[in-house]
Amino acid sequence: MNPRISVKDVEDIAIGGAVLGTGGGGDPYIGKLMAQRAIEQYGEPEMIALSDVPDDEFIMLAAGIGAPTVIIEKIFRGDEAVTVFEALEKYMGQKAYAIMSAEVGGLNGVIPIAVAARLGIPVVDADCMGRAFPEVQLVIPTLYGVSATPMIIADEKGNSAILNTISNEWTESIARAISSKMGGMALSALFTMDGKTAKRATLDGMMTYCMKIGRTLREARQHKGEVLDELLKVTGGVHLFKGKIVDLERRTDRGHVRGIVTIQGSDNFRGQTASIDFQNENLIARAGGEILATVPDLITIVDQDTSYPVTTEGLKYGLRVNVIGIPCHKEWRTPAGIALAGPHHFGYDVPFRPIQTMEQPA
Amino acid sequence: MKMHRLGIDVGGTHTDAVILDEQHRLIAKTKARTSPDVSTGILEALDQVLAQPGVSVDDIGFAMLGTTHCTNAITERKNLSTVAVIRLGAPATLAIPPLYSWPEDLKQKIASHTFIIDGGHEFDGRIINTVKDEEVDRVIDEIRGKVEAISIASVFSPVNAEHEIYVGERLRRALGDDIPITLSYEIGSVGLLERENAAVLNASLMRTATMAFTGFRKAIQKKGLHARLFLGQNDGTLMSVDYALRYPILTIASGPSNSLRGGAFLSGLKDAIVIDVGGTTTDVGVLAHGFPRESALAVDIGGVRTSFRMPDLISIGLGGGSLVRTDGESVTIGPDSVGYRLIEEGIVFGGATLTATDIAVALGRVDLGDASKLPAGILEIAAKADIQMKQMVEHCIDGLKLSADPVPVVLVGGGSVLLPDQLEGASVLHRPDNFDVANAIGVAIAPVSAQVDRVFSYGEFKREDALALARQTAIEKATEAGAHPEEIEIVELEEVAMAYMPGDAVRIKIKAAGPLTVSDRSLQETNS
Repeated sequence: MNPRISVKDVEDIAIGGAVLGTGGGGDPYIGKLMAQRAIEQYGEPEMIALSDVPDDEFIMLAAGIGAPTVIIEKIFRGDEAVTVFEALEKYMGQKAYAIMSAEVGGLNGVIPIAVAARLGIPVVDADCMGRAFPEVQLVIPTLYGVSATPMIIADEKGNSAILNTISNEWTESIARAISSKMGGMALSALFTMDGKTAKRATLDGMMTYCMKIGRTLREARQHKGEVLDELLKVTGGVHLFKGKIVDLERRTDRGHVRGIVTIQGSDNFRGQTASIDFQNENLIARAGGEILATVPDLITIVDQDTSYPVTTEGLKYGLRVNVIGIPCHKEWRTPAGIALAGPHHFGYDVPFRPIQTMEQPA
Repeated sequence: MKMHRLGIDVGGTHTDAVILDEQHRLIAKTKARTSPDVSTGILEALDQVLAQPGVSVDDIGFAMLGTTHCTNAITERKNLSTVAVIRLGAPATLAIPPLYSWPEDLKQKIASHTFIIDGGHEFDGRIINTVKDEEVDRVIDEIRGKVEAISIASVFSPVNAEHEIYVGERLRRALGDDIPITLSYEIGSVGLLERENAAVLNASLMRTATMAFTGFRKAIQKKGLHARLFLGQNDGTLMSVDYALRYPILTIASGPSNSLRGGAFLSGLKDAIVIDVGGTTTDVGVLAHGFPRESALAVDIGGVRTSFRMPDLISIGLGGGSLVRTDGESVTIGPDSVGYRLIEEGIVFGGATLTATDIAVALGRVDLGDASKLPAGILEIAAKADIQMKQMVEHCIDGLKLSADPVPVVLVGGGSVLLPDQLEGASVLHRPDNFDVANAIGVAIAPVSAQVDRVFSYGEFKREDALALARQTAIEKATEAGAHPEEIEIVELEEVAMAYMPGDAVRIKIKAAGPLTVSDRSLQETNS
């Protein structure tokens, strides 16, 4: 029998998702409450392995699209995701066998759980990026030629649109504009794939990996372990910087939250200053004129005392933090992966240098 | 002219008062009973402390009050007003209703009426939905005569508060000035659930606050003091009484900040765990480099998530007045307390309620009242209660420690006599002199703060210039409030983008705090 996702599991997935969300991906707290309420109302959804999706059955993704700072204010109505999912099924003339997360990082790691609970279909233990990214096309399926559309996008007010685009870049561009007009956050159903394609073009085991990170953090804190070390161990990550936030520039711009956070070093890093540029997610970390890490590797800011991740919207002047770097999935480190989501894509004229050669997690 | 400080700490059981000179030396201290009306207790403490040798009313330039009234009201679920919780934002936000993650008992106590009605704004200032007068009027009909306070939270009110203001005004006109209304944008920042929670708690505290704070003002006036008045707030800084009357929620957890600061001052330690045992609650916090360690994550108040910055601490219902109950073989302690009625209801004082203080007397840790009044078999109960109390506190130490190594522990607060001389997790246990008035000392030496909340257009100002101007204004306001201009620091800074306004507008919230200046008498004013 397949495992079911409990209210408690959602807790761990939300924390793990915040680590993999690298500051973006939306407030996991809001997503957690949504998923937990859906489970209380509709029951625990099943989680199935990627290999258990039959080759000729279809899976679809449900994802929020917009600015993460919006979601902590304008919470969803709750049934938008069901509306878009059913609308896409109808448009495609295909029933979804299961639902998958577009990105385990942040809100979109838990939204599919809420949708699955409401629809009574399973969640696939996989995702399309193993982190969070600010744009629709920045997913592994793009590298395998999978189209994001047909896509349905809807807001809480009842507005919706069907998109058919010539490329996933166009999907991003048009869907972003729509989501901005819809109030900065909308729900979408997209990336319909058959099981055969999904097995090549998505990242197996990501939901359980995410849950494992969350559980490790929770247990390490309970047992008074070296929480940061445990986190680095479970993610294969490295400690990049330690210090206090001394400046924070943050603005909502063209549907994204952009800005720079400046951290003054302490302990081993005393006398140094680090800065991290973010566009929803943390993109590039620098210290003393040197680059510490860049996308598509993961840069996560965690609270010094608890090692719990801090989201872009949770950054606060005076907060004491550690910065960790986590190697991205190997699919991202291919030339095509780096071309799609490397530093150049985000406007930085620097080469991608892997933070560490590691075995792949999960 | 001298500029002595009067620090008063009102706890559930005792009202402590201290007077410190300009060099922070303790001139006088006293402990009085906390009275049901607060004022009487404060007056009594004032009478006692002012009567001590070397004390003159005219020497007192500042009077600071730290009170746990609001904290106790929430943790004990007592004296809380019923609140109509109104959220403006439908159809958005329906996925998570107001108070969804609240503890059930608190929810039932406070919020009998919750609404999500049309209204609210988008991030860019457009409206999600217009406010419908008839819908607001239906709310009015439903809550009229049934609630004691109202909280209103509108989606994106930190960016545009007009819906909160409009609905608040309509409710005030319909229901009158006697029903206090808290608008969320005045208390919190972006983050609907946390801001809404804070507004609901604030509204539920209005009655308690009015009683407590005006009681303080009256008592000071009655004594003929011409001191500037301050109240301790959650971040460990001081605010004016008028400000506190509007935002009583800000006094939450001021006690812990004060006891941590007092504990650091008295023990001379910079890194330690401070355990403050009062009459009703025990607060356990961490001193790191001489300052209270702040909680980096969202702060829970009585099980409710808010976005206030507070000391990272654990509060439990254990104090000198905690009720001790026996049920067959087992003994339980608290979380309820007889509070200020301890010296009537406690058994050693001739009462009929077994309290933690009775246990301490039975264990020989303190000599109070008449030990012969303790019932037969008390030693067996006391031994069990002792283990229970010790475990409760050790659990807190364990929860706050960041490594497995034992750490120094400072015991403060009158109730700390309950605790044994050895605790698991403590490398050494300090009981400093004047431990019993640590909170009153802590509030007396707290810095004073001032806040600026202003919208700047980055089209008009460069970001650095806008920040510099906001910083300068906050420092000037803090100086006016009494802080020493050369020692003022920016303790909080927040920018909220308001993209809908032309010219890249940003709301800057900045808070400056510094120690009180004691040399310049011209800053004084009388509070009349």
